[in-house]
Amino acid sequence: MRIVIAEDHALLRDGLIRLLEANDFEVVEAVDNGPRLVPALVEHQPDVAVVDVRLPPTFTDEGLKAAIEAREKVPGLPILVLSQYVEQLYARELLAGGSAGGLGYLLKDRVSNVAQFVESVRRVAAGGTAMDPEVIAQLLTRSSREEPIQRLTPRESEVLGLMAEGRSNAAIASALFITEKAVSKHTNNIFTKLDLAPSEDDNRRVMAVLTYLSAR
Amino acid sequence: MGLQLSAMMEQKHPTSRKTPAMSIQSVSPDSQVATGRPNRAPMIALPAFGLAMAIMAELGIALFVLQTVAMPLIAVWVGIPMLLGVIPAIRAFANLHRRLAWTVSGVEIPTPYKQPKYPGMIQRLRTWFTDPATWRDYAWLIVNAVVGFTLNLLSAVLFLCSIFYLIYPFLVWVTPPGVFDELFGLVHVNPVTAFAVWPIALGFFLLWLKVGPRLMRANSLLTRSLLGPTESARLALRVQELAETRAETVDTQAAELRRIERDLHDGAQARLAALSMNLGMAETLVDRDPAAAQQLLTEARESAGQALTELRDLVRGIHPPVLADRGLDGAVRALAMACPLKVDVDIDLPGRPPAPVESAAYFAVAEVLANVVKHSAATTAWIQISYENEGLHMIVGDDGIGGAEVSPGGGLHGVQRRLAAFDGTLTVASPGGGPTTVVMELPSALKPTT
Repeated sequence: MRIVIAEDHALLRDGLIRLLEANDFEVVEAVDNGPRLVPALVEHQPDVAVVDVRLPPTFTDEGLKAAIEAREKVPGLPILVLSQYVEQLYARELLAGGSAGGLGYLLKDRVSNVAQFVESVRRVAAGGTAMDPEVIAQLLTRSSREEPIQRLTPRESEVLGLMAEGRSNAAIASALFITEKAVSKHTNNIFTKLDLAPSEDDNRRVMAVLTYLSAR
Repeated sequence: MGLQLSAMMEQKHPTSRKTPAMSIQSVSPDSQVATGRPNRAPMIALPAFGLAMAIMAELGIALFVLQTVAMPLIAVWVGIPMLLGVIPAIRAFANLHRRLAWTVSGVEIPTPYKQPKYPGMIQRLRTWFTDPATWRDYAWLIVNAVVGFTLNLLSAVLFLCSIFYLIYPFLVWVTPPGVFDELFGLVHVNPVTAFAVWPIALGFFLLWLKVGPRLMRANSLLTRSLLGPTESARLALRVQELAETRAETVDTQAAELRRIERDLHDGAQARLAALSMNLGMAETLVDRDPAAAQQLLTEARESAGQALTELRDLVRGIHPPVLADRGLDGAVRALAMACPLKVDVDIDLPGRPPAPVESAAYFAVAEVLANVVKHSAATTAWIQISYENEGLHMIVGDDGIGGAEVSPGGGLHGVQRRLAAFDGTLTVASPGGGPTTVVMELPSALKPTT
């Protein structure tokens, strides 16, 4: 799987390259600044890109802007954005263009859990979504006072959180130590209680849930 | 966890209550009333004021004489009780004229008196004698008795003359012959021909209209030159104010640094130490007992994760990355999104303030909002930020229970003190039962956004 990396810290960049290559990714280019990123993405059109938010020359939200721009130029380009901190504001901006083709927004810390991180990269490459649990937790706290959310059982709230992160039924099942069948029962209940149209498509399901939560 | 937000939360302060856009308007005028003054007198009342002030100007001579007599009498002690009565009387008299200057001519005169540093009669006398304002009052009594008297009386007389000539025919009619029927002692008039003086009445009236208020204004300006604070007194006040805010800023900064040091020492530093220890042990165990080494490595990874979380929280408390990225606008929006309440945000800034001001403004809004979450029991809050009169104008309102106030040691007091370092102000309107509105002003220039 071909991948482009954007990370300005040499140590982290080398670490990411080593980690991804060990997991059968082919790193086609690793850039260390914002201006070079968009051309690299457009030129290589990789299967997935892993992009740090803060890059030279301004050291602000360069990477985020580049990711949004690249997805405008190459619709559906799968990008996983990494950051030292997560902001709902940025999650919302990323999602504003739709999550078609795969989109992720994770804390850099998540890299340390290698298996889960690689799974997230693969999920995004496959057109899925990977939202950081911290973003989802904020969304859930905010809407927890709302009527329909309060009707969910604690277990259903857990499932809702994992679903919003972009996990598949299988992944949710193994995270909660329940069967996949139980998960789909919970998801059906959630969609009924929140009055959302049920969907078997994982990606559409995530978008529906995220849109629902961000609207609160 | 010892980050900015939790530090904010420690300082208690109830805030509260819903305020839809309408009450924004009702708040700003309120805050002006607090510092404002009574209404100006209508034009038609000026002659009465002029007459009264002319009479008072002469009464002021009595006060001048009393102080003049009392001072040498200090030698035989009688002067001390005399002065204890006379000086306050003169100050009250002068204060009345400071207020009158606003009422009749719209001239504002601040009160310049020094406050005694220590209690006690002798201290009070000493402060009075060393205060230039005392001697300026003393001089003013005489100047006012001469110049003030003349100007005020002249202004009133112009008006009275026009009245006199207006009712002149009536006077001729009601008085016996020989009193008013000899106009200027030259022309003999009867009640009918006396109407010929009406143009004179009109002339005086027009003259009063034009000159009367100006004479009184001239007097008010003269009063201000003697009763207002001198330039050096004004500067002294400003220096004192700056010294106080600087001392507070230094204290706050030092406390902030201590907090950061403590957080680093107890948090990230301790975790990194534990982590390197775990790694070292894993290194020695890896051949002998791979399972135990594996366990230590997992612990090390978790420890590193926690250290990262703590560092992230610490950085957020020092300078939130989103503030650096997006300025006040984006940072406040991000703050509102992360808030458990529904927060309406309305920001209209034509540019970015300098970084220190921006940071002060952000933390002020963040702390007030944290107060709302903690104390108000509100369901909705709103934030409005605009640029008016060369400064940031920030309002945070909520629909909670009200009763918020600025009390020493409270969260709002902390915000007020930190804003004071930038000559900023904070005012709270929070009746019991709500709604609560906190208005903050922060003078600053803006750089246009690039």
